[in-house]
Amino acid sequence: MNPLFTPRFGSPRHRLRVGGSMLSMWSAYMAAYRFEIVLWMVATMLPLIMMGVWIEAGASGLFPDITSASVARYFLAVFVIRQLTVVWVAYDFEYHVVSGKLSPLLLHPVDPGWQFVFSHLGEQVVRLPFFVGVVAIAVAIYPAALQDAEGGWWLPGAGQIVGFVLLTYAAFVLRFLLQYTVAMLSFWVERVGGFEQLTYLPYLFLSGMLFPLEVLPAEVSNVLLWTPFPYLVWFPAKLLVDGDVELTRGLLTIGGWFVVLLVTNRLVWRRGLAHYSAMGA
Amino acid sequence: MEAGAYTPPMPHGKVDHREPPTVRAVGLTKQYRVADKEPGMLGTLRHFVKRRFRSIEAVRGVDFEIAPGEIVGFLGPNGAGKTTAIKMLTGLIKPTAGQAEVLGYTPFDRHPELLRRLTLVMGNKQQLIWDLPAMDSLRVNAAVYGIADDEADRRVRMFAAMLELDKELTQPVRKLSLGQRMKAELIAALLHHPKVLFLDEPTLGLDVNAQTAVRAFLKQYNAEHGASILLTTHYMADVTALCERVIVIHQGTVLYDGTLSGVIERFAPYRELTLDLQANAADRVDEATLERFGEIEQHDGQTVRLLVTRDALRDTVRRALSELPIADLTVGDPPIEEVIGRLFASAPTRESAPSADGTEADR
Repeated sequence: MNPLFTPRFGSPRHRLRVGGSMLSMWSAYMAAYRFEIVLWMVATMLPLIMMGVWIEAGASGLFPDITSASVARYFLAVFVIRQLTVVWVAYDFEYHVVSGKLSPLLLHPVDPGWQFVFSHLGEQVVRLPFFVGVVAIAVAIYPAALQDAEGGWWLPGAGQIVGFVLLTYAAFVLRFLLQYTVAMLSFWVERVGGFEQLTYLPYLFLSGMLFPLEVLPAEVSNVLLWTPFPYLVWFPAKLLVDGDVELTRGLLTIGGWFVVLLVTNRLVWRRGLAHYSAMGA
Repeated sequence: MEAGAYTPPMPHGKVDHREPPTVRAVGLTKQYRVADKEPGMLGTLRHFVKRRFRSIEAVRGVDFEIAPGEIVGFLGPNGAGKTTAIKMLTGLIKPTAGQAEVLGYTPFDRHPELLRRLTLVMGNKQQLIWDLPAMDSLRVNAAVYGIADDEADRRVRMFAAMLELDKELTQPVRKLSLGQRMKAELIAALLHHPKVLFLDEPTLGLDVNAQTAVRAFLKQYNAEHGASILLTTHYMADVTALCERVIVIHQGTVLYDGTLSGVIERFAPYRELTLDLQANAADRVDEATLERFGEIEQHDGQTVRLLVTRDALRDTVRRALSELPIADLTVGDPPIEEVIGRLFASAPTRESAPSADGTEADR
């Protein structure tokens, strides 16, 4: 029986070195694709479009809790989160299984999952300068996003910024685990794109990417807060913008989903490996 | 990170049968379930509504052992089950029945201590990342296997010198020729100094120079590290250069397990005689005439290939030169496919593994 987790060997220092070398290799790899990454970023501009829409909605007075400036801040934060939580492991993993390229990774004494994690992180390294530039341009076009009511600069507190970064990476981890688990269906069905679309729809509509979740009726958002989706976008964005979130409940829900997804992922991995016929490998 | 490595007490390059075997297959069996679809629209529709599956037994009850330091040729036609057996022995797939054991571990458990001493090279699949120089992937491998950077550099330099690679390692892999890529793959696969090597068609598609270099490299690695090697190939030259022992597998079962000299003598006591006839005289030579010199393998206008027994070779060459209008003549080994083909045509036989210490396979 395969162990649930590939048993580790080596010291924490050794693991750090493995991570560092993978990050360096995947950054180099992604740097070769920098132009594709810019094009790909255009495809994740949705939050900026929604920002334009909601600035108008905020000005209309239809939503009493929402001002144009607060909603602009919110969608700028959503844009940053979106840039740091782009996940494509379903397609990458499917390719590795179907083509047999998973086999060489299986022979390394390190869980193959890490290669996928670090290819995503390497992509973020290359994407970083581009999306920082886009944020700067967006602020230049709509400076009110970073101004308070009196016309001075609005800046979040240091604690909010640290919390935002940590929660954004928690969102990345959840989304990665969710998609990686779906990806493992490729041990059985060979094409997982359709299943990934099934999780993409709730992600799009329930995460806060299209609208701030405060506009939903309280009963609906209360139910929603038990699912992982609000924590993928809305929760970290809200923390950065006005800090008005139930932090303890949020952290516990994130932690709960992390455990559930990780254990499910490892169980499916073990069953899938027994099924893997190393196609074409 | 050589601590606890599986080192045979014998001088390197010798096979040690006193030590426990490094690789052991006992009744190794793999069944695949494959979807069976008839061609055409109707077949597709029927397949869509009710899938029919067929069970294919790719490997059935294979038994063998490989001793420390031994190089074994794993031969058989395409689809014989060689690759499936190797996938089971490297832990990539789970045997349906029977047991695989490598260095005392069950491969499918993928224990890190086993993975650190094992490697698999597939001629048609690579671990190196296509768009990056091999050096980038090698750095990750060094970290993964816990080899210090300076030690990894030393190993890479040594392997690269043996394989006549240099600046190719800092060029993107996709810019390399097939031969250079295979050599870089070998460096990646052997960087951690594995004790057991599974090589699936490592020379496939390489030119003669690259094949020779790869063979020499494997031979030297085996001698220096006392590593066991199981190698599949379609090239007779690989087998004669490297393997004292061959295992022939056909339709999932072991047909022959014994010395290379044994398989050649028993199943290919022939040499292949290739005659190029003079253009103006080729029409005048008919098959009946040629049959007096040997068994005709191919007769294609000016080119004739004959199988001649080793004993009769000298006499046949002399007679052919004097009686036929010959432009050119070469003598060689029949292709390994021929040898194996004859083996399959004959009744299934089985020999026990010989004690191959110091047996000289090359002649």
